[in-house]
Amino acid sequence: MSLIDISSNLLLIAFFAYILGTVLIAGSIKRNDGAASRAEKWGKAGIVVAVVGFIAQLGYFITRWIYAGHAPVSNMFEFTTAFGMFLVGAFLLIYFIYRVKTLGLVALPIAILFISYATMFPTDVTPLVPSLQSHWLTLHVVTAAIGQAILAISAVAGLVYLLKEVDPKQKSKERFWLEAILYLFVVIIGFVVVTLTFRTMGYEAEFTYVDKNGMEAEIVYNMPALFGMNEYELKTDGVMEPLVELPPYINAKKLTTVVWSFIAGTILYLLYRFIVRKRICELLNPLVKKVNTNLVDEIGYRSVLIGFPVFTLGALVFAMIWAQEAWGRFWGWDPKEVWALITWLFYAAYLHLRLSKGWEGRKSAWLALIGFAIIIFNLVFVNLVIAGLHSYA
Amino acid sequence: MEKVKCVCGHENPFGTKICGKCGRPLTEEAKAQKVLDMKYDGSAIRSKTYNKSIIDKIWNFFSSVKVGVSLIVITLIASSFGTFFPQKFNIQAATEAEKALYYEQNYGTLGKLYYELGLSDLYNSWWYQILVGLLAISIIVASLDRGIPLYKSLKNQRVKRHESFMKKQRIVAHGPVTEGDASKTLDLIAEKMSKLRYKVRRDGNALLAEKNRFARSGPYINHLGLIIFLFGLMLRFIPGFHVDEAMWIREGEIRAIPGMDGYYLENEKFILETYDNEPTRAQIEQGVSKIAKNYQSDVKLYKQPEGAVLGDTENLDLVKEYSIRVNHPLKYDGYSIYQMDYRLNEFKSMTFGLTNKQSGESLGTLTIDLTNPEKEYVLGENTKVEILNYYPDFSGLKDGIPQTASQYPNNPAFVFKMITPDKPEGEISFVSIGAAPVEAGDNEYKMTFKNVETRNVSGLAIKKDVTIPILIVGGIVFLIGLAIGSYWNHRRLWVQQLEDGTLLLAAHTNKNWFGLKKDLNVVTEYAHLPQYIDQLEENDETKREGDDVE
Amino acid sequence: MDKKKKRMVIRGLILGLLACAIIYTIYNSATKDKVEVLQDGDKAPDFELVDLEGNTHRLSDYKGQGVFLNFWGTWCEPCKKEMPALERQYQQFKDQGVQVLAVNIAQSNFEVQNYVDQLHLTFPVVIDKTKSVMQAYNVGQLPASFLIDPEGKVKRIPPGELSEQQIQTYMESIKPE
Repeated sequence: MSLIDISSNLLLIAFFAYILGTVLIAGSIKRNDGAASRAEKWGKAGIVVAVVGFIAQLGYFITRWIYAGHAPVSNMFEFTTAFGMFLVGAFLLIYFIYRVKTLGLVALPIAILFISYATMFPTDVTPLVPSLQSHWLTLHVVTAAIGQAILAISAVAGLVYLLKEVDPKQKSKERFWLEAILYLFVVIIGFVVVTLTFRTMGYEAEFTYVDKNGMEAEIVYNMPALFGMNEYELKTDGVMEPLVELPPYINAKKLTTVVWSFIAGTILYLLYRFIVRKRICELLNPLVKKVNTNLVDEIGYRSVLIGFPVFTLGALVFAMIWAQEAWGRFWGWDPKEVWALITWLFYAAYLHLRLSKGWEGRKSAWLALIGFAIIIFNLVFVNLVIAGLHSYA
Repeated sequence: MEKVKCVCGHENPFGTKICGKCGRPLTEEAKAQKVLDMKYDGSAIRSKTYNKSIIDKIWNFFSSVKVGVSLIVITLIASSFGTFFPQKFNIQAATEAEKALYYEQNYGTLGKLYYELGLSDLYNSWWYQILVGLLAISIIVASLDRGIPLYKSLKNQRVKRHESFMKKQRIVAHGPVTEGDASKTLDLIAEKMSKLRYKVRRDGNALLAEKNRFARSGPYINHLGLIIFLFGLMLRFIPGFHVDEAMWIREGEIRAIPGMDGYYLENEKFILETYDNEPTRAQIEQGVSKIAKNYQSDVKLYKQPEGAVLGDTENLDLVKEYSIRVNHPLKYDGYSIYQMDYRLNEFKSMTFGLTNKQSGESLGTLTIDLTNPEKEYVLGENTKVEILNYYPDFSGLKDGIPQTASQYPNNPAFVFKMITPDKPEGEISFVSIGAAPVEAGDNEYKMTFKNVETRNVSGLAIKKDVTIPILIVGGIVFLIGLAIGSYWNHRRLWVQQLEDGTLLLAAHTNKNWFGLKKDLNVVTEYAHLPQYIDQLEENDETKREGDDVE
Repeated sequence: MDKKKKRMVIRGLILGLLACAIIYTIYNSATKDKVEVLQDGDKAPDFELVDLEGNTHRLSDYKGQGVFLNFWGTWCEPCKKEMPALERQYQQFKDQGVQVLAVNIAQSNFEVQNYVDQLHLTFPVVIDKTKSVMQAYNVGQLPASFLIDPEGKVKRIPPGELSEQQIQTYMESIKPE
């Protein structure tokens, strides 16, 4: 078996370990009535499995690094998987400080989602263009990802906090938004499901179109085209014609993917509602019932405190040093840079509100979720839609 | 200025919430609280104290955290607007009009609006700079207003605090010792707390154990770092504080380096390397057949000797030979030269043969250096080719006269005079690329194109930034302050042995109550103290997760 | 000074200083394109270039004479239109202490010689092979002219192509007294 195969297998092991870990932790909470010691064992087992998964993924990371000759954070697949790994790592760190297993119930599934999302992108090792061949860049990307992962734990804590505090039976704005967030997670599952479905079917539709510079270009859709590129012409027989043609400055292929994900996610969500007849937040509420909300609130705050300096170092300081080395300017107002600055400003506002205005508890939890949304926006949207120096893939 | 006199006799500055000496709550608001608001240890935030003149009002405006946070949020939202479409300085267009057109062509009406609103150059706009400036004022004023009183209050704090202060702390304990001799309790506490690296001070029947007070300075240090950083950024706008130039230099050329007076650069070679890997899926999807591996300019850096004037390139001193690559700029004398761009295969020289049209007989070949053509090329006895005119970048005829669009040999054209033994008076021919030669009469000889040699051009950027050290200092100070404020917490434990023999304990930390409680658990067990309660914790639940921490 | 007044002064000073800093920054950023260009009254940067015959011309050697410095290239259409007028005025003024120095931008001797021959130019034509003089004088578009007075100071920088009338007036203005 070659190194790259070992690497892929380790990632697979990690993936299943995270799933098993989630199940075990959920089991420990469900079984808490009566057999307390047995529940304890389930919980411990869950953490052990998660640690095993983390080590396996670390193995994936290192072997891939050796194989590729550069840190595996250079394309969308590699970065997103690494982010999932650091998220698990951050969860374990916080777990060993605070011993709150319930956080794993949110953190592990998010990591699972990230890794699944990552594998929808090309997974082969790509050689590095000259500007990316820099130790500062490696340091920048890895530190920034660790910082973001620790910050994301505050959103995990925030979600746990809200799942407990927001009454799922009482109609409220908070309940609506909480459910909306959970629905968005289902949409990501939807994305994975449609991508896999059409990939297994081997769906391909080739188009030619006229790009924004007026040049003829080709594009291959891997999903039935809902939207056509500017002045498209379908080249493959027996596949669906696009419903609408879009102007040249919108990438109709990406929009098609997004809409398909929402369609699939919505169907999944409705199916779930039809079968279970409960909101997701209502389903999850009992799982977090035993959580000490004050402690979860403090964990949320603490992870921002721990993560913020790491993020600053990685996403701003190392980024500036690299930019200075590569381009001779430490800051270029590239969209990715600006969104790192926005993330930084946002958490700065979070800390000030918490310190001086006493925004704790619910307000803090919502802020943490918004912060996470900004991080995700920066990872997904800015990388894929707004092109800049950092646009991977 | 009026003072607030506490019952204990201590005079506090106006606006103080908690007496600096004994800790009694001073304001009605503080008296009514179940748990005291310990922000800034209850010291008077200066802005709250005076509000008289216009200067005070402006000052107080900037001192407010609410204003500070609002400014952060406004800056954050404003910054995001700049990412909708590319910024102007990233667009490859020469003139302002072309840039305006770019937005409209690429992004439609929205793009046009974006350009017209000035969002296409948002980060250089006056209002964005004002926003950052206001943020800087807010940071300075708010830090001065809070930092100084907090520092004074922490410096002057006394061991013994009033009961009302202690009972209004978030963590309190009151009761007899659970075991052993109560007279030794304070010694035990002092011993254990010292072991936990607390500084212990005692005053009669009272004890104060304190740890990491310096952590309170963290926010002020990081704000100082930010201000140094912003100051450095401000200096960058002053002319002369930073050099930002670009140059194109061909292989074999020596050029004066723009912005770097007295220095000359010779480009020996530009190298482009690509990977020879099988195209990956990502490459195929993007239609990229080859991925670049290396961009490199091998250069020699020369310096003029002392006292030499501009243009005097007689005695240049070689100071450095270097291969400039991306991520590996040439650094010298505070300047850095970066590999930024390249152009491949610009014409360097052309070789022609002089041939007889009919017989095809060749009378020899000549190679013309396109950047330094000779007047004539002698091929043999009575045989030579003269260049009458040379158009390096032939762009067509105007009034019958050939024109050149630039000085660069992009499309060379020549007027040759061919002198041969047959035609000693010479035949004239106009030769350009891709077109049949234009001849004055019916020539017997012609110039046949043999081959062309090319060379590459390096695009380099020259930068110097004397503000970088300031930015580095600002960044380091900021990070140190951030680490101090985030990774260390200021913890305090007050203990008093009351007259009835019971103990009154209170504890406070600015952050991380969980960590404080861990310390308290240790000392409670060791000194048999009454169990503390967290007054903010709801007590209606039984065992919860996280409570079972060792 | 009483405490209240002192407080006012300190606060006023800090705020005033910060306000000035902001205004100064905005001013600098708004004018950043216009600075660093050589301006009227500045000392003309000295240089040394070689002409077609191999003679070295140093600007400071012409001290005591007015110098009409002209940057040009063979590809530049307006330069070509300007040259004959410059030549005529040179003939008028050369005995009155006004020198013309035409600086070609990094072209080959052949091209420059050809051009000089075709236009019958008699004033010194030097070639700025390394573009150092062009950079020091911040020459962007061609032609570019600089009027240097007998003291070696830049008297005027007329923009773009000049008419014969203008050339005459300018040469008049840098005539030594």
